[in-house]
Amino acid sequence: MTNLLTLTRMRVRLALRNKMFFFFSIVMPLGFFFLYSGVFAKGIPREVANLLGPVLALNVMGSFWGLSATLVMFREQGILRRFHVTPATATDMLVSSILANYTLTLPTVITELLLAKFLFHVPSLGHLTAVFFLVSIGTISFGSLGLVIASVTNTMQETQVLNQLLWLPLIFLSGATIPFTYLSTLVQSIALFLPATYLVHGLKRAIVDNKGPLQLLLALGSLSIWFILTLFLSSQLFRWEPEARIPRKAKLYVAATAIPFFLLGIWENKYGRVIAEEKVAVQRLDEAARAERRAKQKDIQQDPDASDQNDSDQKQ
Amino acid sequence: MTNSVLQVENLTKRYGDVQAVRGISFQVAEGEVFGLLGPNGAGKTSTIEILEGLRDADGGAVCVCGYDPKTQSGELKHEIGAALQSTALPEKLKVVEALHLFAGFYKRRRNPEGLLKRFGLVEKRNAFYSQLSGGQKQRLALAIALINDPKVVFLDEPTAGLDPQVRREIYDIIEELRRDKKTIVLTTHYIEEAERLCDRVAIVDHGQIIAQGTPRELKQASADKTRIEVRLAREESVETLRALEGVNDCRALNGNYVLHCLRPPQAIVSLVKHLEAQSNELVSLEIATPSLEDVFIELTGRRLRD
Repeated sequence: MTNLLTLTRMRVRLALRNKMFFFFSIVMPLGFFFLYSGVFAKGIPREVANLLGPVLALNVMGSFWGLSATLVMFREQGILRRFHVTPATATDMLVSSILANYTLTLPTVITELLLAKFLFHVPSLGHLTAVFFLVSIGTISFGSLGLVIASVTNTMQETQVLNQLLWLPLIFLSGATIPFTYLSTLVQSIALFLPATYLVHGLKRAIVDNKGPLQLLLALGSLSIWFILTLFLSSQLFRWEPEARIPRKAKLYVAATAIPFFLLGIWENKYGRVIAEEKVAVQRLDEAARAERRAKQKDIQQDPDASDQNDSDQKQ
Repeated sequence: MTNSVLQVENLTKRYGDVQAVRGISFQVAEGEVFGLLGPNGAGKTSTIEILEGLRDADGGAVCVCGYDPKTQSGELKHEIGAALQSTALPEKLKVVEALHLFAGFYKRRRNPEGLLKRFGLVEKRNAFYSQLSGGQKQRLALAIALINDPKVVFLDEPTAGLDPQVRREIYDIIEELRRDKKTIVLTTHYIEEAERLCDRVAIVDHGQIIAQGTPRELKQASADKTRIEVRLAREESVETLRALEGVNDCRALNGNYVLHCLRPPQAIVSLVKHLEAQSNELVSLEIATPSLEDVFIELTGRRLRD
């Protein structure tokens, strides 16, 4: 336990001294937040609330990128080797990476929630306990995915290629960037096999529909099982030495980590719960927008001067 | 050896087709400085890494401080300290933080401030690792190796790649540890390092120990033979030179001929006469008392750094 805390403290300290960390873990997520809330949602509280889930998910999912790169860099530079001569174990190294990443991700997530509440006046942040659980399990499970990537790649170049290959479908198919309902039926079916889809969907439902942890048990459970599998696999494949190479067949073990979402994807494709809920959410948003437009038109017809005043107030 | 803290018996290690260690055996007594001397690729680092618990041996028996590094590496690591061949730490880690970080891993620990002082790093305490010179990095590596007040310290090529002045600084530190009666196992390919620092030396070549003893004992094996190194204008046959009066042995070495002689004046006279008869010329001649290098040349026919 002491080793774990010692290593976690070091990882947090080193991250805070790293300009890349500052950019990718603080500036970029907040940049996404303002882009989504200010530009895409036009600052409308209801729309900001609807996009808050994807923004938080982007922040949470980004965990795997930094974690894999740091671990591979430590291995390539021979830093892990020095720790290998100490009583610190592979599990200490892996779990401390996840803990440090969690410690560093949480403040940005909290900042985004506070900005949504107080800057963009989102009336409700939904079920905060469910949001907390999803953010926590999402951060550690995607962090753990980073550890698997670090375990199965031999060089930093390989790591970055694999990161890119995973990152693109995770952000474009999960509903984190392109609304899920905009995707074709075939792409939606494929997206239902991705863990990111359940994280984005879960966060949206927790924030917009005020759903609690029990109602989001499927997302929370599958992400938790995925975390256990990825952490176990990364501990089995962990390498201290830069020259140690992973056997080709070991890379196939990674396929085992896809089992929870493979099963969930089959189930979702059969019953279509996520797709149905996404469609309902979009309909609700459209109805709310139409109702707002109708109310505005009514106001204009009844009192054109007041409406002008309203418009100028909004612009200000 | 009754008070030995480290026993190695018939150690073997293979990497694919390469047999790196071929049945190495030795013991190290408490408070002794033991050196593994040999050229690069001799199997020194593989041996020391097995003792540290970094690699598993393929065969043989190893016991360090009463622990088997293969099955009890967790317990063993509390008892040993190590400075690896190339110690790397995160660039943005400060010197003082590095000591506190490593101190945090051990049950028994020394005061980091005391080590900073002892290793002359007080002024660099808040410097990042990336800002240190090669010598400072190596001093920090040694300080970290001692942070748990280890029973056995492993130093793998502690002065490799350092300039002579820094090398002498490191020698002073190791000599200080020797005076403190620390048990040290070091690997080196520097003759002077082994001669100056080690109580006993094992000469390693091609994964085997080819000679073992105190530097004095090893040199005594060739003590009665003076070494004469000559360069000739034209090539001569080694057999012919070996047959000259006063010459006990001869080897060709990088274009030179190394003659080992019991009676040097007679050997020189017979060599000059032979060269005159062959219309050959003596380009240079060097006479030296035997060193560990000579022992190595005598045993392997090569220089350490060939």
